[in-house]
This record gives sequence, C-alpha cells and structure tokens, in this order.
Amino acid sequence: MPTPNPSALLERLGRAAARGLSEFGFAATLLGQSLYWLVLGHWRRQPVRAASVAAQAMDIGIAALPIITVLSTTIGLMLAIQGIYTLKTFGAESRVTLGVALSVVREFAPLITGILVAGRSGSALAARLGTMRINQEIDSLTVMGINPVRFLVAPPLAAMMILMPLLTLWADLVGLFAAGLYISIELQGTMAGYADEVLSLLKLNDLLHGLAKSAIFGVLVTIVGVVNGASVSGGAEGVGRMTTRSVVHAISAIVITDMIFVFLVTR
Amino acid sequence: MSETPSVEVIDLNTHYGDRQVLKNVSLTVKPGEIFVIMGGSGSGKTTLLNHLLGLLRPSSGTIRILGQEINALSALEMQDLRTRMGVAFQSGALFSSMSVGDNIALPLREHTNLDETTIGIVTRLKLEVVSLAGFEYLMPSELSGGMIKRAAFARAIVMDPRLLFCDEPSAGLDPVVASSIDDLILRLRDAMGMSIIVVTHDLDSTFKIADRICVLDKGEVLALDTVDAIRNSPNERIQNLLNRRTEEAEIDPDAYLRRLLGEKEKLRDKPESRRNGL
Repeated sequence: MPTPNPSALLERLGRAAARGLSEFGFAATLLGQSLYWLVLGHWRRQPVRAASVAAQAMDIGIAALPIITVLSTTIGLMLAIQGIYTLKTFGAESRVTLGVALSVVREFAPLITGILVAGRSGSALAARLGTMRINQEIDSLTVMGINPVRFLVAPPLAAMMILMPLLTLWADLVGLFAAGLYISIELQGTMAGYADEVLSLLKLNDLLHGLAKSAIFGVLVTIVGVVNGASVSGGAEGVGRMTTRSVVHAISAIVITDMIFVFLVTR
Repeated sequence: MSETPSVEVIDLNTHYGDRQVLKNVSLTVKPGEIFVIMGGSGSGKTTLLNHLLGLLRPSSGTIRILGQEINALSALEMQDLRTRMGVAFQSGALFSSMSVGDNIALPLREHTNLDETTIGIVTRLKLEVVSLAGFEYLMPSELSGGMIKRAAFARAIVMDPRLLFCDEPSAGLDPVVASSIDDLILRLRDAMGMSIIVVTHDLDSTFKIADRICVLDKGEVLALDTVDAIRNSPNERIQNLLNRRTEEAEIDPDAYLRRLLGEKEKLRDKPESRRNGL
C-alpha cells in the first residue's frame, strides 16, 4: 500500500484552490467585458448587433416555451395536490392558495426555468464555444479583428437577461393556472374566485423577487457555460466533459445563489 | 509600394514555462514576397506564427507588422491593423454554424458599412478567385478538405489585405490538390501584390512557391536565404531536413537516466495561460 504523502496532498489541494480561484476570476472578467461591449461596443467599433441578440433570444426563449409550459403545469399541479393533502391535517384546505401562489411566484417558477435553461442553452453554449476553441475558430475571430467576447458572449448574455424574466413570467402564469384548475375542482370553487384570491394575496414585490432572481440565473447560466466552453482542451472528449461540467456547475450555482438571494432579501 | 518591410521581427524570445521555445529570432519580410517559414515538428514555427498574429505575447523582442509594433498598439489600432492582414488557418477554421458565403462575408459585415448587395458581389468575386464559385450556400461540413482550405483563403483575402499568413496550406491534402493550393498562393501574390508568409514542412511546395526561406530548428533561425542558397547550403542539419534524413540525437547518459527514472520536467505553465482574453 502506498504511503500517503501529506505534502503532496497539500500541494494538490493548493493547486485545486488556485485553479478554482482563477476560474472565478476568469468568469468575473468575462462578465465585465461582456457588459463593457454591450454598453460601449458601439463607440469602439465593435457593436453588439441586435440581430444576433434576437437570434439567441429565439433559441433560448421561444424554443424553450413548450417544455417550460409542460413543467410549470406539472409543478403547479404538484404544489396544489401536496398543499391540499398537507393542509387537510389541520382542516385548512381553503388556505392552500396562499402557499401555492407564493411558492410558485417566488421560488418554483424562477428555479424550474433556470434549471431548464441551464440544461438546454447553457450546455449548448459550452459545447459551441468548446468546439470553436478546438477548431481554432476563436483564434480566427481574433485575427479578423472581431473581439470574441463581444461576438460570442455578449449576445447570449443580453438575450438571457431579457428572456429569463419573460420565461419566468410565463411559468408563473401557467403554474398558477394549473394549480387553480386542480384547486377549484377539488375544493368545489370557481376559477374566478381563485383568480381573485391570488391577485389579492400576491404583492408586486413577490413577483419582482422571482423575476430579479431569474435575471441573475440567466447571467450565471451564460457565464458558467462560456467559462467551461472556453477552458476545453483535449478534443471532442474534452467538449463532452466540459458540457457536462457546465450543466452541473450552472444548476449548483443557481440553487446556491437562490438561497443566498432569499436570505439577503428577506432579512 | 512603400519600402517599409511587411514584417520585421527583432530578437524574439519566448518561453512556455521554463522551456525556451524561440531563441533570438530575427527576420524581415519584404513587400510582395512569398516568405516560407520551414522546420520540423516542434521547431517553434507555429509558435512564431502565433506571435506574428498577436495571439501570444513574447518574453522579449520586437515584432513590427506593416511598420507598426504590435505589442505597443492600442486595441483600436490593433483592430485596424488586423483588417489589413489575412490568415488562412491549418484547419480552415471556418465557422461551422455559418454557410461558406456568410463565413467569407463576415469580415465585411463587421468592419465595413457596405450594403448587402455589394457584400454579396465581393463574396462571389473572392469565391471565383479561389475557384469555388457556386458553393456559397453550402455549409463547411459539406466541403472536402481542399475546398475548406480554398474557402479559408477566400475569407482571408476578402478585405484585400496587404499581408497574408498561411498555416500549413498543404497539410492533409493529396499531392494534386496541394499543388493547386500552391498555384493559388502564387496567383494571389501576382494578382494582388500582397506579401505572403507560409508556414509549412512540405518541401515540394516550399521550393515551388518561396522567394526566400527561413529554416527554423529548435527555436533558432538556422538559415534565412533564397531558395537556391538553401538548396546548396553546406550546413549538415539543413541537408538532413532537405533529404529527409533523421538526425542522430547526441547521447547524454545523465539525461537518459533521468528520463528513465521518470523525473518530471518543469512544464506546468501551459501555453494557454499566456493567451490574451478568451
């Protein structure tokens, strides 16, 4: 049995920490540069074109609508079923709308949208950038005088920041509608009554809380995808590895950021 | 044409980690000349090319492209300079998500205010030059290896650059197609008067196209002269390279023992870490 070498272990630990830190720094630089090009690109003769933002928005947003609709419906139904089942213990089924409305709008809609977009678009972004890197396409952009961050990162970032809140809003509406259907049938109410109740319970603040979070998730998904894509080495296998890594990292980042955001905002 | 050299490299030194890759490389490329950088694998020719393209920063030394020192330029000046040079990469590096036509039109769309009709005409014009007329709507994945190289040439010359870089233009092609690429390079120089820098290890094509040859060996300029002078060079290492003889490596018993024992070399700093930006 090989004897464990404590100094080697320390070295590995140190290197891993340094690598993680430098990756974090790279992510921050990318975010800064993308925002810089979004705001100032026009004056530096490197405009971020509306057409490429729109193309990304189609890809990220419109193409994701069907699956987001299906999953928010399911989440809405699931919350209504669980809510009524749990509240039955206290005989308080009539209060189910409060729980469902708040959890859909504040938590579930942004979270499920974020996770879906991370799986669909974050991974696609990582794979695309990784493939471009190993094919020298990124070098080729640079030598043409086209800034790769402006051309490849800024458009999806802008599209995500606009589209994520819109998708979340859609998920809110669909989730609440599906929950309403179940609740009004189960508790023999009407949809109109349910809608009135939801509108009186929800404050603008709750809605904004969810939408603001989703915009942050959009930034996280883009940057994590790009950082992983840009760090690809080792051919096609490397692209696959980094794509997987980008999905796992993006979802972890979303869940952790969500917790921190909620903690800070509700204090 | 002005007499400023197209490319001027003075005492270029560069390192990957502790290993020195280029040692005091100096060279000058005159306007309108085809300059071939030749050397075996690992001689540092790709590294030298990456420096000339401004993709890497040297440890020391000066690189002037079209009279401008590239490591002292502002981002905007560098961008202007880049529109006056074209690069055909070894793999072509066409954007796989765009059609051939869109690939070639990209520099025009990004750097000029031409309308779409004009851009279309210029694009088709350049496709004619590289004998790819009619292929503009195909995707890069639908092209053969030789066609990809041609399309890459068309994209490299779309802005009418004064300086063209070609990385291994004949690598991976059959002799006939490789020779047609050589003809294309000669035609481009004659028609447009640009300076062309070719990095290659292909001897036949080197002797066919070169005005002057720079032989790079282990990071040093072994010889820099006209084709005939290189061919008749008395230098043993050059003759080995020209006659495809393998070199007897000098035996160093200590180094051999160290390698067998698996002692690690200090090569931890990867070249990627020296890249600028993305």
